[in-house]
Amino acid sequence: MMELDGNALAGDLAEVFTVEMTSARFTCAGCRHADEVATLRVYTPVPGAVARCPNCGDVVLTLVRTPTRVLLTLTGTARLDFPV
Amino acid sequence: MVRTALPGRLTWQAATVTAVRAETPSARTLVLDIPDWPGHLPGQHLDLRLTAEDGYSAQRSYSIASDWPGSGPVEITVQRLADGEVSSYLTDVVQVGDRIELRGPIGGWFVWRSAQPAPVLLVAGGSGVVPLMSMIRDRGRVRGRQPFRLIYSVRTPEDACYADELKRRVRDDPGLDVHFVHTRKGPDPKRIDVATVNTYGWPPDFAPDVFVCGPTGFVETVADILVALGHDPKKIRTERFGGK
Repeated sequence: MMELDGNALAGDLAEVFTVEMTSARFTCAGCRHADEVATLRVYTPVPGAVARCPNCGDVVLTLVRTPTRVLLTLTGTARLDFPV
Repeated sequence: MVRTALPGRLTWQAATVTAVRAETPSARTLVLDIPDWPGHLPGQHLDLRLTAEDGYSAQRSYSIASDWPGSGPVEITVQRLADGEVSSYLTDVVQVGDRIELRGPIGGWFVWRSAQPAPVLLVAGGSGVVPLMSMIRDRGRVRGRQPFRLIYSVRTPEDACYADELKRRVRDDPGLDVHFVHTRKGPDPKRIDVATVNTYGWPPDFAPDVFVCGPTGFVETVADILVALGHDPKKIRTERFGGK
């Protein structure tokens, strides 16, 4: 397992969102810590990426790729805030 | 379902390797001709995908080493990792003329924009220097007046990428300083510490833009030192590439 950061999610998130997501701000649903997606602690490949809050360690989002699908789970994200 | 190309959507495309250049015994630069490359900002990266004949596929993200003058090739520098199935292929096997599948540019947070007026502190651990080199090259190309300082930690002097180019740039450009930290071998082997960052970085009062890139443990150590020295955490941008 490798510990990376939210910068490593840039490509996969760019397939889902039309705006650049590593500069977006997340709000952690657990502790309400808010910061750029780039600052998340990302663990991969297990079997996708698990991104944890750098403040409380809760899972903020998970991203799993299959050959035909992307499964993005945002249960731990209270808010995503980005410029348009 | 057949994927329809949507405007602005990131898609995979084929690039051609037009040159390879050894940077150190274990790192080399691949020069890539990428049709329709939209350009990139220093600090951005690209995703690279290798697919075997049996369909097995591996994907990795690599920082872009070159700046973008508006056209021309894109360069990445790849460090061979002991157990790296993709990096060892890129450092040992790939030849001029080979085609590689990639997508990019990606990332928008760990980037330096030449319009930012603040002085810049760059701190690199090993191949973490790659995106920082893109920033140094971009500043040189646009003749940026922001003073840059690079603290570059490598195991031995032979492990430093871009050593000749950095030496030349420091000689020709009074606005660029480079300080090497050698952790294993060299005149004064040691790890980066508070005194190093305090002496060779900018004081927090200068409110520099700070970019730290390297292995996870290195990035955490440096970020802790910077905060302890009084730097605003909001001005510190970090990028980790795993490992110790």
